Amino acid sequence: MSGLVSFFRRLEGPQTVGRGPAFWSLFAVVMMIALAYPLFSDGYTVGNTVYFFVWVFIALSLCLIWGYGGSLSFGQTAFFGIAGYGYGILTLNFGSAYGFTLVALVAAVAIAAFFAALLGYFMFFGRIAGVFLGIVTLAVTLMLERFMAQTAGPEWHIGSARLNGFNGMSAMPPLTIPWPGEPIVLFADVGLYYFVLGLLVFVYLALRILMNSSFGNVIVAIRENPERAEMLGYDVRKYQLITFVIGAALAGISGVLYTAWGQYITPSSMGMTAAALPLIWVAVGGRSDLTSTVVGTLVVLAAFQALTIYGSQYALVFMGVLLVLTVLIAPNGLVLGTMNWLGRLAARLSQRAG
Amino acid sequence: MDIATHVFSALYQFGDAFAFLVLSACGLAVIFGMMGVINLAHGEFIMCGAYVTAATVHAGLPLPLGILVGTVVSALVGVLVELAVIRHLYDRPLDTIVATWGLSLIATQGTLIMVGSTMAGVGTPFGSFQVGDYSYSIYRIVLFCAALGVLAGLYALFNWTRFGVLARATIQVPHMAAALGVDTRLIYSLTFACGAGLAGLAGGLYAPTMTLVPTMGATFIMEAFVTVVIGGADVFLGTAPAGGLLAIVKSGMTSWQGQLFGQIGLLVAVIIVVRVLPKGISGFVLRERT
Repeated sequence: MSGLVSFFRRLEGPQTVGRGPAFWSLFAVVMMIALAYPLFSDGYTVGNTVYFFVWVFIALSLCLIWGYGGSLSFGQTAFFGIAGYGYGILTLNFGSAYGFTLVALVAAVAIAAFFAALLGYFMFFGRIAGVFLGIVTLAVTLMLERFMAQTAGPEWHIGSARLNGFNGMSAMPPLTIPWPGEPIVLFADVGLYYFVLGLLVFVYLALRILMNSSFGNVIVAIRENPERAEMLGYDVRKYQLITFVIGAALAGISGVLYTAWGQYITPSSMGMTAAALPLIWVAVGGRSDLTSTVVGTLVVLAAFQALTIYGSQYALVFMGVLLVLTVLIAPNGLVLGTMNWLGRLAARLSQRAG
Repeated sequence: MDIATHVFSALYQFGDAFAFLVLSACGLAVIFGMMGVINLAHGEFIMCGAYVTAATVHAGLPLPLGILVGTVVSALVGVLVELAVIRHLYDRPLDTIVATWGLSLIATQGTLIMVGSTMAGVGTPFGSFQVGDYSYSIYRIVLFCAALGVLAGLYALFNWTRFGVLARATIQVPHMAAALGVDTRLIYSLTFACGAGLAGLAGGLYAPTMTLVPTMGATFIMEAFVTVVIGGADVFLGTAPAGGLLAIVKSGMTSWQGQLFGQIGLLVAVIIVVRVLPKGISGFVLRERT
């Protein structure tokens, strides 16, 4: 019992919104609904929900780097693409037997993280900060898109995997879990749903623990005032680099899951529009809190998809307007603002009752 | 093929790359250097200039006049954007980036909806001339001269006019300038309009050389950002030498391995320069001077 209490204590802290029995009971209810959801829904809708979940990882990565770390990175889609292509190349070459797809998942995320470490070394140890960081990461992303878009010819292949230029790669196997008897193939419906949901909850809770640990406090201290953090003896560059690499790995998870979900990946998943979307989800949700990011991402994605019925151009214009208005009117994000308001309301009510 | 034709070919490619880098970057550099604002909608101002230029030429006006109209319209749009959005975000530089990105999304998709996926282009004027085995476009030479002209014009504007003096005073110590009676908000508006107008000019100048699509801004934006990052905050000590340096890298790599490697060369150059000179070339020069 005391072990459970101390576990919950590590999940709570000044860096995350939501604490106490009320929050965790709500969390449990949401979890129950999420677990029972496929029972009441058809395969297509469940697959579509998985698609929403897939994007939450990249949103969390931006939340970590931008919201908590204070460095605005436009490069998340680059890591998304690297991991997605990595997964495609690995599985097309080695197939899906013996649970290799899971190895490919880990390897592809590791490739993205390695690339981030390399880029991050040059940026953070070159003391690039603020707007320049955004520009360099954006330039890298656009560069990668252009590079992948021109790999149409047959000379562009890695092993037996053709890169296929602008049309992208396709027909890679979905994630497969080795099982005695018959391996479980996770197609984009119920199977993949539980896998991604489990991964999402794990990542969410792990990030809560990380952000409320001393590491998270240092990250926030650097965001608030880098000079002061440095004077207190922390090597700002190392902390920023580690955050950047963790963020890249999260974006990489998104990329792999996306590739495994739809069994394709194209260069345009790294382009300008693709890079703008995570920014919108995170900004609208509330970038400085994990829970608001998750909720905001799911809400905005659902709204975006509902609007796409009227044409995706209109939906994108609406997203742009939403982003500009959020920045101007509610810079902390709509979901976070609402949650803080609810929290104050609850506190006032309990005060009156007590 | 003798040496002279080789030299001419290299110089021509250098000039072409230099003009592209400087013209696409100077609007961004003015806004960033003077106001510390990164305008991610820069590419869309370029697109605006190109579209307006093409529309005016289709309406029957000569090309130079079309370019002028494109420049002025972009500058006016710049004033509107500054009044509506940028003005409220001066103390939050990161949010400015995000907001201008939203604007860029609105502009690209809005143009796609209203004008369609492409617009009839404008023919490249002046024809071409022959040196050795290759033929060269005269218009590219005009663009190179235009880039030099823009740099000279900006130098004159910021050093010899009353607006330039007031703008530099506002940038250096804003509250002091305000105390001395300068309308700093007006200065910021005009500076932003100037940057937007320069972007429109770049769009107008390049309108005859490329296909007009709503996403054409993206072709310019990477080169523009790379030049500004390497150059640093000062237009003359930064953008011009950065344009020269990057033009050597880009034209060299392009003629060696093709266009893609030219761009990869740019990217590698920017990462290395940023590691060595975090404040760009102008930061390095200014530090040496003080």
